[in-house]
Amino acid sequence: MFRSHILVCGGTGCTSGNSMKIYDALVARIKKEGLEDEVHVTKTGCFGLCALGPIMIVYPEGAFYSQVKLEDVDEIIDEHIIKGRIVTRLLYKETVGEDGNIKALNDTDFYKKQHRVALRNCGVINPEKIEEYIAYDGYEALGKVLTEMTPQDVIDVISKSGLRGRGGAGFPTGRKWQFAKNSPGKKKYVCCNADEGDPGAFMDRSILEGDPHAVIEAMAIAAYAIGADQGYIYVRAEYPIAVQRLTIAIKQAREYGLLGKNIFGTGFNFDLDIRLGAGAFVCGEETALMTSIEGHRGEPRPRPPFPAVKGLFGKPTILNNVETYANIPQIILKGADWFASMGTEKSRGTKVFALGGKIHNTGLVEIPMGTTMREIIYDIGGGCPNGKKFKAAQTGGPSGGCIPAHLIDTPIDYDNLIAIGSMMGSGGLIVMDEDNCMVDIAKFFLEFTVDESCGKCTACRIGTKRLYELLCKVTDGTATMEDLDKMEELCYYIKENSLCGLGQTAPNPVLSTLHYFRDEYEAHVKEKRCPAGVCKKLLRYQIVADKCKGCTLCARNCPVGAITGTVKEPHVIDPEKCIKCGVCMEKCRFGAVIKA
Amino acid sequence: MKSLEELKALREKMRSQTDNRAVAGSDETVIKVGMATCGIAAGARPVLTALLDEAEKRQLHNVSISQTGCIGLCRLEPIVEVFKGGQKYTYVLMTPEKAKKVIAEHVVNGNPVTEYLIGNN
Repeated sequence: MFRSHILVCGGTGCTSGNSMKIYDALVARIKKEGLEDEVHVTKTGCFGLCALGPIMIVYPEGAFYSQVKLEDVDEIIDEHIIKGRIVTRLLYKETVGEDGNIKALNDTDFYKKQHRVALRNCGVINPEKIEEYIAYDGYEALGKVLTEMTPQDVIDVISKSGLRGRGGAGFPTGRKWQFAKNSPGKKKYVCCNADEGDPGAFMDRSILEGDPHAVIEAMAIAAYAIGADQGYIYVRAEYPIAVQRLTIAIKQAREYGLLGKNIFGTGFNFDLDIRLGAGAFVCGEETALMTSIEGHRGEPRPRPPFPAVKGLFGKPTILNNVETYANIPQIILKGADWFASMGTEKSRGTKVFALGGKIHNTGLVEIPMGTTMREIIYDIGGGCPNGKKFKAAQTGGPSGGCIPAHLIDTPIDYDNLIAIGSMMGSGGLIVMDEDNCMVDIAKFFLEFTVDESCGKCTACRIGTKRLYELLCKVTDGTATMEDLDKMEELCYYIKENSLCGLGQTAPNPVLSTLHYFRDEYEAHVKEKRCPAGVCKKLLRYQIVADKCKGCTLCARNCPVGAITGTVKEPHVIDPEKCIKCGVCMEKCRFGAVIKA
Repeated sequence: MKSLEELKALREKMRSQTDNRAVAGSDETVIKVGMATCGIAAGARPVLTALLDEAEKRQLHNVSISQTGCIGLCRLEPIVEVFKGGQKYTYVLMTPEKAKKVIAEHVVNGNPVTEYLIGNN
């Protein structure tokens, strides 16, 4: 037993903030003081509050230190660990109550409304030690399934829980497993989709980094349910920490006989391999993903036949997302009713969202389905920084749409999001404030899909390119009102005629912004004006003569010599020469430079 | 892993190492050892390790053992405070042997060891 535990976040966010060096320094200091038997230093997965990284928590006090630097290590050891005095200056201020005492983490605004199921072990256990996962009930669900339940029992529990695929489309997981179980054939496969490609989404990465055994255990359960003995985890090579922890986890599970032959002495065999994706977005699509595992170029194929009938190597296969799997062991242990008690009628359980963009608390949050966007953005996320006005939230990445401010009280679940023209997607949630131009946002996502279209079908390959060009016309101020109609028509054409989900959903960002922010598009077209002041071609910097003191600072800083004027006289910007870099506005001390 | 029993045994063993990794709940016994300079000089560290060892040996999961600063009664150090059932018990002039007895009689069986309590010395 240890008197104190120091948990250092080893997620990608905190690691890039040097948390592993902090970890090493802590270990070295603890060793030097001879406290190894009393104090346990360990690295964990993501705590979720990435905006404040590097993060560490010291138990039993529950002191949550944020933005820790290497130089702070000695102070933490000297004061907190040796003398028992908490280093208050490093505490996350939300965790300090009015009486000066430390609040439990779950009482802070960021964590209070969260309900962690898929992320339950992230930030709690050391993902590189299978024993710690086992201490937190790990592999108990697999043991229960193998010794007490029939494969059909397992599928019935999952079906009854109401769990739907967390990768985006929301297909009922139990039904998917049932199809695969019913498909004839001796050889079947279980696959895990960890090819997380949506810009701004990183929950799958965090789960793999923080709790890889949960995914391994769930895949073994799925394999038992459908009658498979081999699994593949398809993870993108851009996630080096996730790949490394998965590799360690699989190795440890094999050593303990939790993967391999005759697991728990029941005669059940299952093994797992990792396949690395080269980072093509289309490989997140299930048929393309399986084609890629087979060693071919990652391109989708038409469905049906669905993978549950004819999947990997032509055999019945199930493919679930990382977050879906992370829920499975908990459902088996706590029961279908427990899971179904969370969320809304058609969307049970919880969902992890990656909060990003113009929001105070950037990070990962897990909330029950049916929580409103307002609660996520204001209560948990802390609202937009610098007092800016919230304009819209983008969900579902390049396949999703924008939710405007007036719909902020919509309870979030699969069906509500589709009804308002967006989609759950994998759970990226990008917040935009008044400084974001919605046409520019649509253009950003289209540029992404143009890049990532695999090129197999014409509708997607050429359609998205033409759509992107039309968007460029809008942001350049050369579009006409007919172009807007043409864009809409093209959107529907691409949606209806594309081969796979990538093309079928690619126009969503355009359609939803056209629907909710048509006035912004029209301002670009009719008035040649970008209301948010983002689109450079439509931007003009001007100097207000009344405010200009003639200090010459702008003229001296202009990189192209576009500003002229004599000392103590108002200056003028030559629009022909101006490259709209904004330096003059930044430098002016009198607020005389404005965007028009 | 050949059987569920094997998994269970490993889980129990590991739990004692990951205990204390949460903020103490209301049903928990919290034990604090005064470990300022005076406490350490008077021998608080062997007392602390004895408490930890004993808790581990007995597989106690609802006990949090940690250190605290100077309690203010330096002449009675090492001091161990036990918070249990809404009450605070202050044990003074502790030794590793006394610490083991406190775990056994007070924490496990619920009978405070009155002879070690402050006021009886």
